[in-house]
Amino acid sequence: MIDIHSTDTQRCERIRSNPKFLQLVSSRSRLAWSLSAAVLGTYYAFMLVVAFAPQWLHAPLAEHRMLTLGMPVGAAIIIFSWLLTGWYVYRANTRFDALGAAILEESK
Amino acid sequence: MTLLRKLLLAAAGLLPASVVLAAPALGTVEKQPLNLHAIGMFFVFVLGTLAITWWAARQTKSTSDFYTAGGGITGFQNGLAIAGDYMSAATLLGLSSLVFAKGYDGFIYTIGFFVGWPIITFLMAERLRNLGRYTFADIVSYRLDQNKVRIFAAFGSLTVVCCYLIVQMVGAGQLIKLLFGLDYPVAVVIVGALMLVYVIFGGMIATTWVQIIKAVLLLAGGTTLAFMAMSQFGFSYETLATKAVEAHASGWNIMGPGSMLADPINTASMSLGLVFGIAGLPHILMRFFTVPNAKEARKSVFYATGFIGFFFLVVCTLGFAAMVIIGTDPQYYVNGEVGGALIGGGNMVAMHLAKAVGGNLFFGFLSAVAFATILAVVSGLALAGASAISHDLYATVFKKGKASQKQEMRVTRMATVGLGIVAILLGILFEKMNVAFLVGLTFGIAASTNFPVLIMAMYWKGLTTKGAIIGGFAGLICALVLVILSPAVWVTVLGHAHAIFPYDHPALFSMPLAFFVIVVVSKLDRSVRADKERDAYADQFVRAQTGLGAASASSH
Repeated sequence: MIDIHSTDTQRCERIRSNPKFLQLVSSRSRLAWSLSAAVLGTYYAFMLVVAFAPQWLHAPLAEHRMLTLGMPVGAAIIIFSWLLTGWYVYRANTRFDALGAAILEESK
Repeated sequence: MTLLRKLLLAAAGLLPASVVLAAPALGTVEKQPLNLHAIGMFFVFVLGTLAITWWAARQTKSTSDFYTAGGGITGFQNGLAIAGDYMSAATLLGLSSLVFAKGYDGFIYTIGFFVGWPIITFLMAERLRNLGRYTFADIVSYRLDQNKVRIFAAFGSLTVVCCYLIVQMVGAGQLIKLLFGLDYPVAVVIVGALMLVYVIFGGMIATTWVQIIKAVLLLAGGTTLAFMAMSQFGFSYETLATKAVEAHASGWNIMGPGSMLADPINTASMSLGLVFGIAGLPHILMRFFTVPNAKEARKSVFYATGFIGFFFLVVCTLGFAAMVIIGTDPQYYVNGEVGGALIGGGNMVAMHLAKAVGGNLFFGFLSAVAFATILAVVSGLALAGASAISHDLYATVFKKGKASQKQEMRVTRMATVGLGIVAILLGILFEKMNVAFLVGLTFGIAASTNFPVLIMAMYWKGLTTKGAIIGGFAGLICALVLVILSPAVWVTVLGHAHAIFPYDHPALFSMPLAFFVIVVVSKLDRSVRADKERDAYADQFVRAQTGLGAASASSH
């Protein structure tokens, strides 16, 4: 693996000391971890309801209706976590990548 | 039929045996009459993909082309291919059958199969792309001992690939016997031979395109089926729900959570293995190296997640629609007994539905798509296995990075032939065996060996070679032993009365163990080498964050 270790150590040093790099790292990890927590939190909250209060999900959407609350809630979990994925990708592909490119440029 | 049913359901997402066994009465896998529509349409698919392979073979000039399509796949294309890797025949057939049998519980499972994907997007996609090149061992060995780590990673990859290949081959043989009316060994040999052609000649370019085409066909087929089925209910979910409750033996119970949490520990273990196992499957990880940069890698998981989520919702709709359309029609039951065994076995629900609403031609189409699906998945697996042998073992460990591209490609092709032959032989050998345990093993090992080592290599400065290898092997051995002691092997295969380990899925225990051992051994490692490895994290971190020095797309 020649290319993998060819990364210039001095250049890495310059990048690390760039305040923008710290900004990139902290804003990216804040976003990534909080979105992960949102998705896993939603899912495990849902599973707790399934385990301990299943009647909530079994309640009809309205009186005399057959569709239960569980149906839209389930679909919403899938759609919501997908939208969060979209949010992360959007932020990363615009802000983080621009910041990253600027950092690389300044380190030359 | 028990075997196929378990297998497909299990492959669809590691359903605990309790649920599988609780499913309604099962038929037996009987060879069906020759299905000419299906064979004709499958033939068209094969011709088309062979043409692509021929085209891909002319594009494949370097090892980079072969392993990762030269990094020239766009985010959208790769998203379809990832979705294709995840949406197997088992997803369509197993999940729709589960919803058909269990209603809302099936839906709950489906959600569990989905939530791993956003996590992969947030925490893994860009680091995979920025740090890796051909295999996930590139990332793990980035600052660790190349030789030791690659031997270990290749071992982990090959174990996962072989177990999963057997599962797919046996599933393929059974399914094809069922859908096409071909003999089991014939079906296995056809799958193996086509896989060899795709991978050997077309490498990653052909494999990716086969996967893309299949994903499009599967999405289109499933959506069309759902559309036709819903037209019978005036496209109203309310009407569908009303009729489904009327038709289903469990009545109103199908509309809410039921018995699935009877064994919460097994369920938790299964979902843990599934969510993190995906992030340890070599053929899925390899997909992240086929795109030009981290930006496209992120986009591709976004598209993949969208396709998978959409498809899962479609599949659940199919399950509910089938309760009414198939569940009340005697012609789909053995001896016409409604509520008894379904003709062709419990997993045929989506297929029966295709026949009921779309006629024989559409049934043939969907059968061909199911066959194509298996073919695409085994090709991806074979390629991942072959790259572990040639790139990690041969080129890096054996030749110390001094192998020429030509030599490396030759070894890859030989490795693919070897894997293909092994897959065919094992597929035939395991025909009559219950291979459900292999699914638990595959995901168990992926989640407790590959995943912990990979994620620690990406995120934890303190990881050392010793920690990675001892921890990884601890996870591997623990997963292996627990699966052997589980009901799926100890009772079903070995015939003992009671299982020593009561759960079918080891991840809840083996994965934390792996992390624990990795951390403890790394912390205790006081060698000079370990200090160097910890120091090297700083540069790796810069590259992971900025993509500095990341392998770029080859020009063509």
